[in-house]
Amino acid sequence: MRKLAGLALVTAVLGAALFWALTRPASLPVETLAALQNHPADPANGEAVFWAAGCASCHAEPGLETTAPTEERLRLTGGHAFDTPFGTFRAPNISMHPTQGIGAWDLTQFATAVMQGVSPEGAHYYPAFPYTTYSRATPEDIADLWAFWQSLPAVDTPSPRHGVGFPFNIRRGLGLWKILNFNADFVAPVLDEPRAARGRYLVEGLGHCGECHTPRDIAGGLDRSQWLMGAANPAGDGRIPTLPPQGWSAVDIAAYLQSGFTPSFDVVGGSMADVVANMSRIAPEDRAAIAQYLLTFRSLPNP
Amino acid sequence: MIRRLALTAVVALGSMTTMSFAQQETDPNVNARKAYMGLLAYNIGVLGGMAQGRMDYDAAAASTAASNIHALSMVDTSRMWADGTDNQSMEGTRALPAIWENAADFDARIAAMASGAEAMVAAAGTDLASLQGAIGGLGGACGACHQSFRQPE
Repeated sequence: MRKLAGLALVTAVLGAALFWALTRPASLPVETLAALQNHPADPANGEAVFWAAGCASCHAEPGLETTAPTEERLRLTGGHAFDTPFGTFRAPNISMHPTQGIGAWDLTQFATAVMQGVSPEGAHYYPAFPYTTYSRATPEDIADLWAFWQSLPAVDTPSPRHGVGFPFNIRRGLGLWKILNFNADFVAPVLDEPRAARGRYLVEGLGHCGECHTPRDIAGGLDRSQWLMGAANPAGDGRIPTLPPQGWSAVDIAAYLQSGFTPSFDVVGGSMADVVANMSRIAPEDRAAIAQYLLTFRSLPNP
Repeated sequence: MIRRLALTAVVALGSMTTMSFAQQETDPNVNARKAYMGLLAYNIGVLGGMAQGRMDYDAAAASTAASNIHALSMVDTSRMWADGTDNQSMEGTRALPAIWENAADFDARIAAMASGAEAMVAAAGTDLASLQGAIGGLGGACGACHQSFRQPE
C-alpha cells in the first residue's frame, strides 16, 4: 500500500514536472533577436505596420467613433471587453505610460510579447491577443512598430482584469494551448505574384483577419483547413462572413476597406467598422494587395 | 368522392396554416426598416459610385441623390422601431436590443445622419472633390450606427 502511494506520488511529481517543462514560456530565437537589434528602425513604416496590424481595434478607447480623429485612435487606453466561451477578456492599456502601459519596456520585451505571446514577467498571454498572427511578421516590421510606439501618448487608465474562471485563469496552461495551436507557418502557400504575396503577409502576418473569419475548434484554436471560410462571431452573436464575399471584385474589396461601403452600398458595422477605420489608413497598394490575396487564395485548388 | 373532397379540404387548410405562419415571420416594422435602409443605400450608391470613380461625376444626379438622402433623414421612423422587434425577440432582423436600451444614443445617430446629409447637399452639386470630401462624413454616420446597433451577419 505504501509502495502504491509512493508510486502515485512519483507519478504526480513527474506529471507536474512534465507540465512545467511543456508549458514553459519560450523566448525569441537568436536570429530574430539579432535581426531586431541590427535593424535601423523606421518609425514611418512602423505607423504603417500599426494600422495594418489593427492594434487600435482592440486597444483604443471602447466605443470610439469610427470617424474619430487619428490622435484619439492612438490613445491605447485598453478596456475593450470580449465575451467568449472561455470568459471575458479585456484589452489592457498598452500606451506609453511607464506603469499603467508598456512605456518602460524595451524592444526585446515588446517583440517577445507581440511575436511570442510572453510578457516581460515570463507569463503567457491569452491568445485573444493575436500573437499567433504576429509571429509571422518580420522582425524588421516589429522593430519599426516599436520605434513608432515611442511617439504614442502615455495614458494613465489602469488595465481592467480579465473575467476568466478556472481552469483558464491558470496562465501556465496556455503553454499547452500553444503546443496545440501556435503555428507560425503561413496558411496559404508561397504566392509568386508580388501583390498577392504582399497581401498574404498583410492578412496572415499583420491584419489577423483569420481571428474572426476562420472557425475555431473546441480548444479555441483556428481551423486552418477552413481558413477564412467564415465563422460564428467569437465575441457576440451572429456570423462573420466568408472571405472574399461572393461576387466581390478586387476593386470592391479595396473600396470596402477604404470607405466601409459594400458593392451594394450597405455600410460596414460591428467590430468590422473599427477594422475599416484602421485599413482606411494604410496605403492604397496594400488594400489592393489584401484584395488580391483573398481572391487568389479562394481560387487555389484544394490541397 | 367525399373522401377526396375531404382530403382536398385538409390539404387546403394545411397550406393556409403554413401561409399564415409565413406571414407572421415578416413583421411590417422590420420590412419598413429594410425598405428605408434600401432607399438610403440606393441613393448613397450614386454618391459613392462617383466618389470611387465607378461612374462619371454628374452634378445634377449627385444633387438629387443628396437631397433624397436628406429628405429620408427627416422621415420620422420611430414607429418602425417598435418594442419587441430586436434580434433577441424575433427572427429576420439584425437590430440589436441596444437600440432600445440606449435610445438617446440611437436618436443621436439618426441626427448625425441628418447633419451628414446636410453637408452632402451643400457639397454634391459643387464638384467631385467636394463630394469626395463629404462622403466620409456621411458614410461614417451610417457606420457609427451600424457599429453599435446592428449584429454582424
